[in-house]
Amino acid sequence: MTIDTKLPFDQEYVVNFSKENSEPAWLSELRINALASAEQLPLPKPDKTKINKWNFTQFDSHVVKSEIYQSLSELPEQAKALVDMDATNQSLYIQRNTTPAFLTISEELKANGVIFTDIFTAAREHGDLLQKYFMKNGVKVDEHKLTALHAALMNGGIFLYVPKNVEVKEPIQAIFVHDDASLNLFNHVIVVVEDNSKVTYVENYVSTVDSANGIFNIVTEVIANPNSKVQYGAVDTLAKGITTYVNRRGVANKDARIEWALGLMNDGNTISENTTNLMGDGSFGDTKTVVVGRGEQVQNFTTSVVHFGKHSEGYILKHGVMKDSATSIFNGIGKIEHGASKSNAEQESRVLMLSEKARGDANPILLIDEDDVTAGHAASVGRVDPLQLYYLMSRGIPKTEAERLVIHGFLAPVVQALPIEGVKKQLTAVIERKVK
Amino acid sequence: MAGSTLTIKELHVEIDGKEILKGVNLEVKGGEIHAIMGPNGTGKSTLSSAIMGHPKYEVTSGSIALDEQDVLEMEVDERARAGLFLAMQYPSEINGVTNADFLRSALNAKLGEGNEISLMKFIRTMDKQMDFLEMDQDMAQRYLNEGFSGGEKKRNEILQLMMLQPKIAILDEIDSGLDIDALKVVSKGINEMRGEEFGCLIITHYQRLLDYITPDFVHVMMQGRIVKSGGPELAQRLEAEGYDWIKQELGIEDETVGQEA
Ligand SMILES: Nc1ncnc2c1ncn2[C@@H]1O[C@H](COP(=O)(O)OP(=O)(O)O)[C@@H](O)[C@H]1O
Ligand SMILES: [Mg+2]
Repeated sequence: MTIDTKLPFDQEYVVNFSKENSEPAWLSELRINALASAEQLPLPKPDKTKINKWNFTQFDSHVVKSEIYQSLSELPEQAKALVDMDATNQSLYIQRNTTPAFLTISEELKANGVIFTDIFTAAREHGDLLQKYFMKNGVKVDEHKLTALHAALMNGGIFLYVPKNVEVKEPIQAIFVHDDASLNLFNHVIVVVEDNSKVTYVENYVSTVDSANGIFNIVTEVIANPNSKVQYGAVDTLAKGITTYVNRRGVANKDARIEWALGLMNDGNTISENTTNLMGDGSFGDTKTVVVGRGEQVQNFTTSVVHFGKHSEGYILKHGVMKDSATSIFNGIGKIEHGASKSNAEQESRVLMLSEKARGDANPILLIDEDDVTAGHAASVGRVDPLQLYYLMSRGIPKTEAERLVIHGFLAPVVQALPIEGVKKQLTAVIERKVK
Repeated sequence: MAGSTLTIKELHVEIDGKEILKGVNLEVKGGEIHAIMGPNGTGKSTLSSAIMGHPKYEVTSGSIALDEQDVLEMEVDERARAGLFLAMQYPSEINGVTNADFLRSALNAKLGEGNEISLMKFIRTMDKQMDFLEMDQDMAQRYLNEGFSGGEKKRNEILQLMMLQPKIAILDEIDSGLDIDALKVVSKGINEMRGEEFGCLIITHYQRLLDYITPDFVHVMMQGRIVKSGGPELAQRLEAEGYDWIKQELGIEDETVGQEA
């Protein structure tokens, strides 16, 4: 079998699409060049997962226009569960398929000049600022076919910009609702936090359809400028049948901190890349990831922390539960570049297998090009410990409940790290549903 | 009838194909406290594990009954809900599950669907028992046994005992690794449970614990059998004279399992 490599959208389409959205010239140009690159460049090569037969490029629809939400009461139940319905002063963006469908911004954001808007509005109204960061130091257009295709066809996303010396207290939330089975989403989230500022951002990808055939190509860029702090939480729950490429990348400059808490709960085949580049001296990156695989899913989760700055610290913690015939590769990469002396790279990957047919593979990789550093890794793939079950059951807890406790406990360190209560509850509920 | 009765008859138990228990007979009734003493490696933990249903221990013959119920036919959790409790020599550590969540699940499993304890009442009861056992309140929110010191684990086992109120409890070396203050607290917990409704089997190899909890019966285990039984005076004699006189009396050279006389 060969997959048609011709892209379904041509330059004329891209030019028109950009024009319809009144995009600045730099973005139109970027898209046109990206489209040309997408035709040439190869697919990415996630270690240990072959994706050359996955469909990332053949699809029909590019824009799914949907009704906007006049009020939160119109949200689907799955989205309602994520938001504080009674809050009067929150910062919340909801995208419905490719349509920006709801936006509210707190007084706190307005008073401090924080920009929080959909990516099209950002391109129109804050074009110069966006251009400064868009696919520059984070994810680059020409990395491979999927980054290029992403740039050419970007059809959703947001821009969050926090100016200097602003500590945003309340978490900022985004929900991407997928309620149309024909959707193919090229979503771009870009978070820029200037010197000495702090922000917490949490996003959810929510499918309300049970299954679909779409392609989701998601890119996140987090730029943490000197001495800033970004907490980034995400829970992905995309439906069965969706093929997802999701690349979340952070750049931490001098003394900046980026902390990720990712609940990767898609039901379709997924390639997830999460990289933190510790560029500055004293920068800090922490990645916590939980995953549940079920059904016939094939997934690859590659988490990297790359140290460039001296005294930089990187931590990776990944816990995955695999059931049915699900297959997952967990690659953890701690890379210390030459010159990043006194740095510390730690990682831990644990996989819990709930069935004989499930497959899980934890690969810790340390690539160290500097002498004066510390590094460590721990990895394991195992089953639920029968002695733990015995202990719980010896107190009267039935076996299924005992297993449930052990599994939730196993995933708890990441669930607990999510900064929004509703999202935490939601993730717990999703895990509950998936491991049953 | 006051309390329940645990009856063990001619119990033989194997682990990994090796016979450890070679015909144990024992009856523990509500209101009674029994102590099983004996040197290391004589089968005491094997007995307690077999009663609770540890997956590695295989009962090859004999019977265990709780009143009229055949314990060997029950799953581990059913045994617990029927009223058995084992304070383990080495309790498991369970990451991510708080002590409080665990105990509430256990209590609710016992009370059954529709009869669950309210959260408020649960917290009040747990607080009270933790105070009684002089445990830090933050132990409720710590992950189950994770990073607990030896003494904290043992106290936590007694906390579970007091919360779950079983009919028959087996305490396997609940005294090992405890300093004298902790030993007093643990004994206080066990004595609090004492009553017509509660039967207890205390496994220890020190007389020390029995200074605080006076047993009604004392048994000595060697080579996977109970080789001698008596009253509290037996424990005192063991403390004073050690086990050699029993070995001489019975012609045993090596008391551990697998060394036939
Ligand atoms: N998991 C095990 N695997 C193999 N042998 C065991 C195991 N547990 C106990 N044994 C053996 O069974 C015998 C009795 O052990 P145990 O019941 O733990 O004794 P006690 O509690 O009296 O010290 C010992 O010889 C010990 O080596
Ligand atoms: Mg023992």
